[in-house]
Amino acid sequence: MRNLWPFLVLAVVALALVLDWRLGLVLALWLGAWLFNAGLAEGRAPWRRYAVPAIFGIAVLALWEMAVALYAISPVILPAPSAIWARMTASVPTLWADFVQTFVKGALSGYVIGCGAAVLTAIAIDRSPFLQRGLLPVGNFVAALPIVGIAPIMVMWFGFDWQSKAAVVVVMVFFPVLVNTVAGLAATDRMQRDLMATYSASYWQSLWKLRLPAAMPFIFNGLKIATTLALIGAIVAEFFGSPIVGMGFRITAEIGRLGLDMIWAEIAVAALAGSAFYGVVAMIEKWVTFWHPSQRN
Amino acid sequence: MRSILPILTVVLAIVCVWYLAAVRMNATWVHDQAARAGQEVTLSQVIPLTLNQERPVLPAPHQVVKGLWDGVTGQAVTSKRSLVYHGWVTLSATLLGFVIGTAAGILLAVGIVHNRAMDQSVMPWAIASQTVPILAIAPMIIVVLNSMGVTGILPKAIISAYLSFFPVVVGMVKGLRAPDAMQLDQMRTWSASDAQTLWKLRLPASMPYLFASLKVGIAASLVGTIVGELPTGAVAGLGSRLLSGSYYGQTVQIWAALFAAAIVAASLVAIIGWIERGTLRRMGMAAR
Repeated sequence: MRNLWPFLVLAVVALALVLDWRLGLVLALWLGAWLFNAGLAEGRAPWRRYAVPAIFGIAVLALWEMAVALYAISPVILPAPSAIWARMTASVPTLWADFVQTFVKGALSGYVIGCGAAVLTAIAIDRSPFLQRGLLPVGNFVAALPIVGIAPIMVMWFGFDWQSKAAVVVVMVFFPVLVNTVAGLAATDRMQRDLMATYSASYWQSLWKLRLPAAMPFIFNGLKIATTLALIGAIVAEFFGSPIVGMGFRITAEIGRLGLDMIWAEIAVAALAGSAFYGVVAMIEKWVTFWHPSQRN
Repeated sequence: MRSILPILTVVLAIVCVWYLAAVRMNATWVHDQAARAGQEVTLSQVIPLTLNQERPVLPAPHQVVKGLWDGVTGQAVTSKRSLVYHGWVTLSATLLGFVIGTAAGILLAVGIVHNRAMDQSVMPWAIASQTVPILAIAPMIIVVLNSMGVTGILPKAIISAYLSFFPVVVGMVKGLRAPDAMQLDQMRTWSASDAQTLWKLRLPASMPYLFASLKVGIAASLVGTIVGELPTGAVAGLGSRLLSGSYYGQTVQIWAALFAAAIVAASLVAIIGWIERGTLRRMGMAAR
């Protein structure tokens, strides 16, 4: 049965070629890449773990390019990857200005303020189990709400510039980080806390030397969730009003002009920025929580 | 039950802070008006004036509740000013997209678990997609589909579908792999086929993971639908209420729409939680 697959694929491609040569070409590329990957995935060499997804990604891009060219899809519906790349390289200054406005000024400042406030709040309510019991369900509840909806209110309060975007981001990242930090501060077990007590450690000493380090895996979990939320918050808040620079502004403005290649370029930048942001936080996590079982190989 | 009192205390504290903030933020306008009329206002006169403005900077909680109440019960359900009407527009697109996204996500997860090539090709991208602000494509999808003649509920449903799709894929793959080697070996000793293993072991074992990702997915779906309602220029739906409120400075309308969205989101998550508890209890998998 396994050996029949290539023949079956050939038959399908041949049939499609006869019916519609363009469909046949698309199918041939797709199934060819698929068979190649299937063969590659059988092996166990470590490099294949990177090669297989990379080939999949390249195949999708090639299919996209081919489909757009063969079927002559209008660029106002779906621009080809090459057109998007050309647009990206041609408008680096614009993309950079948008990136600085949305990511550095809006998302990053809001992220730092929001996460900092959340960790401090968690430490502040740490001494009161009463407040914790009250705040945790509220925090969990708020974390499930469509908080981006506060964007128009923040734009009214803080104006069109990046301050209003940062404010949206602060509110969006606050609750996930708060809930995770509170859970993390409760993560030490009785034996460890008793040990600190036998050393006659003060509250602050045991917080600083035992409970905060033990909470780090939880805090970083919240911080990683917050990276994506921060970028989403900053972009969506710009849909409600922004100065004439910024990723969200560019997306809405180019929609009006049907400049879809520019929109895709912004989305590519947003995707890169989002992954890089997550990667940096994950790297800091690795460095801070090197002792945790999940970080040891 | 013992956390009722703390929760009420926290909520009460939030409402108090809200009232204080409303007085503070709206007082500027009252003072301006008084100065223009050449009058002096005392603090006791300012406070009631700040809490009942037509377009306050921050509406007081009772104004939001009144706006919400008027929106829900004050109009006919079919009226353009009814929050029930707008809420239903949003909710129907959310649910349609959520069902499509969940079904596609489960199917892909089944494929990933059974096919090594699919696992290695797709899974890294599905995980990476969690760090990408895919919500940013929402306005483009709406406009492109509009230009192709697809309008109404479907474009919004597509956005809500792809937002719920990725969490379900990632969660379900984890869930379908939850059975340990011992259990899989047991199925093999019974010479169970792949399909039998899927139906009798993998799917039941994945239920806790499925429900966890459904809760994430439906919240994401709702956000997707609301954002999807923005670029068409405030036609219908809770997102358009937010947008038109921000165009015309109708702050009470914004807050009422925001709370309506919050109530919808909370109810959806609660319903899934309720189904989860019932299902897991009947399957003997309940946590407590």
